Amino acid sequence: MPDEETAPDAGDPVAGESAQTGGASPPAAPSAEPVMSAPPSGPADAEEAAAPEAPTAGAERVVTETAESAVPTTRDAPTATAAPPFVRRHHWIVRLTHWVNTVVLVGMMASGLQIYNAYERFGIRGTKLPLPNPLDMHPVPRWARLGGWLAGGLSWHFFLMWPLVLNGLLYLGYLLFSGEWRPLLFRPRDVTPAIEMQKYYLRLRREHPPQGKHNALQKGAYSFIVVLGMLSVLTGLSLWKPVQLSWLTALFGGYELARYWHFVAVWLFAAFIAVHVILVFVVDPASLRAIITGWYRGRFPSHD
Amino acid sequence: MIELDRRRFLLGAATAGASALGTACGWGGGRVLSPKLMAWSGVNDWVSARLFSGTQRAREYPPARRTPDAEFPGYHVSDDVPALVDPAAWRLRVGGLVRKPADLALDRIVALPRVSYTVKHHCVEGWTAIATWAGVPFHVVAELVEPLPAARYVNFRSFDSGYSNGWDLPSAMHPQTILAYAYNDRPLMPDHGAPLRLYSPTKLGYKSTKYLLAVEFTDRKPGGYWEDQGYPWFGGL
Repeated sequence: MPDEETAPDAGDPVAGESAQTGGASPPAAPSAEPVMSAPPSGPADAEEAAAPEAPTAGAERVVTETAESAVPTTRDAPTATAAPPFVRRHHWIVRLTHWVNTVVLVGMMASGLQIYNAYERFGIRGTKLPLPNPLDMHPVPRWARLGGWLAGGLSWHFFLMWPLVLNGLLYLGYLLFSGEWRPLLFRPRDVTPAIEMQKYYLRLRREHPPQGKHNALQKGAYSFIVVLGMLSVLTGLSLWKPVQLSWLTALFGGYELARYWHFVAVWLFAAFIAVHVILVFVVDPASLRAIITGWYRGRFPSHD
Repeated sequence: MIELDRRRFLLGAATAGASALGTACGWGGGRVLSPKLMAWSGVNDWVSARLFSGTQRAREYPPARRTPDAEFPGYHVSDDVPALVDPAAWRLRVGGLVRKPADLALDRIVALPRVSYTVKHHCVEGWTAIATWAGVPFHVVAELVEPLPAARYVNFRSFDSGYSNGWDLPSAMHPQTILAYAYNDRPLMPDHGAPLRLYSPTKLGYKSTKYLLAVEFTDRKPGGYWEDQGYPWFGGL
């Protein structure tokens, strides 16, 4: 996500090159950077091959919807005024799970805040967890709540947890079986590129570091949000069944701490969503169309 | 969608989103969705019953970890603390689908095998507190009255304005489910449900019926005071 801050920079070397015509090959790797290893060329492969990660990735990758990628020109008709062509960006499973998650996650947060209102502090009674809580002893305003009262909030929360988990599993399952996890997973080798990327944003470095489908900071953001989702679900389970799943509750430091981590996750989600949405509108509005229709036509076609 | 003018699309999406949020804020689900949510709660009860282990015990704490008495709230649904007109005449009526129904006086209950533990209380509101409870394991009382095989649920009724709780039999027979007559080494206080209350550290607080009056074994799932209003029926931890 932070990568999208590069948008205003027209000289962005990565944004500048891409499979804009649907047939151009991404440039050869400038270095030993594996994410930029030379891809196979050809119209059908251009987009998918933009980011083969591991040396074996090309062979394992499930190339999806390449047929559509190959014929983007048919989609160009309405805006043929020298605009770049549409490129296929998001598989329907990614789009579906993104929007289901949007609705369900907002519902989970709002119903969770309704539940929080019933006891708006942390720590066993008579004590207080020595951890920051901006909402300590403060009720959550009505507009941020779902359920109307505690039982309503619980009903929503305990219903929405099912689509939240199933949707998350569908998304992760898709990433796993399609190989799409490769350009998304932040690994130790991404640490240095992430630092370079950060330097670039801080204007401590002139040229945009080489990257594949996503830059290292994006990988960090999209890996982090999956970990955050897992943390939310697991802390949630540990709060739902602190006796039957006492090992899980203990793992989070006990019921009161698990409740705190569950709550911290809400703020992290809220922060992520805020930055995510702001960057979409400020930096790359075309990505909004892409996450709805799957087709992208904007300044970062190579980012997929 | 592709052809839709972007500005108009975004405006429309923003308007739809805002109006959806506007109607959802502080909203309970309305007449249509609320019953469906409550019906779904039955699915969660089913899952909870499967997750429940008859042998998994809630953790016990040293008495030094007790929450100060003043910090442990007591509550009742009646306007005033429910009190008996004639405490000496109080009997726990145990009946329903049993071979030997019994009316048990408090001294008879106190004479039964005693269990005491210091455990964490989990309120549905999200707070926790540690206290010591003592009483007779419910399964001891069950063995006394000999439930019929048809009995699958237990209904606990109180003299607190009709407050009651329906329980599944496996949860009731759990070794830590007790009919408690002592709190923190003292006889149960009126705001904690004197003279006798149900207690279990494997259930949310509202499942532990205070001011007990009657225990009924049944084959039909009994509701409960909070359960009928939308709180989870199983309420298991």
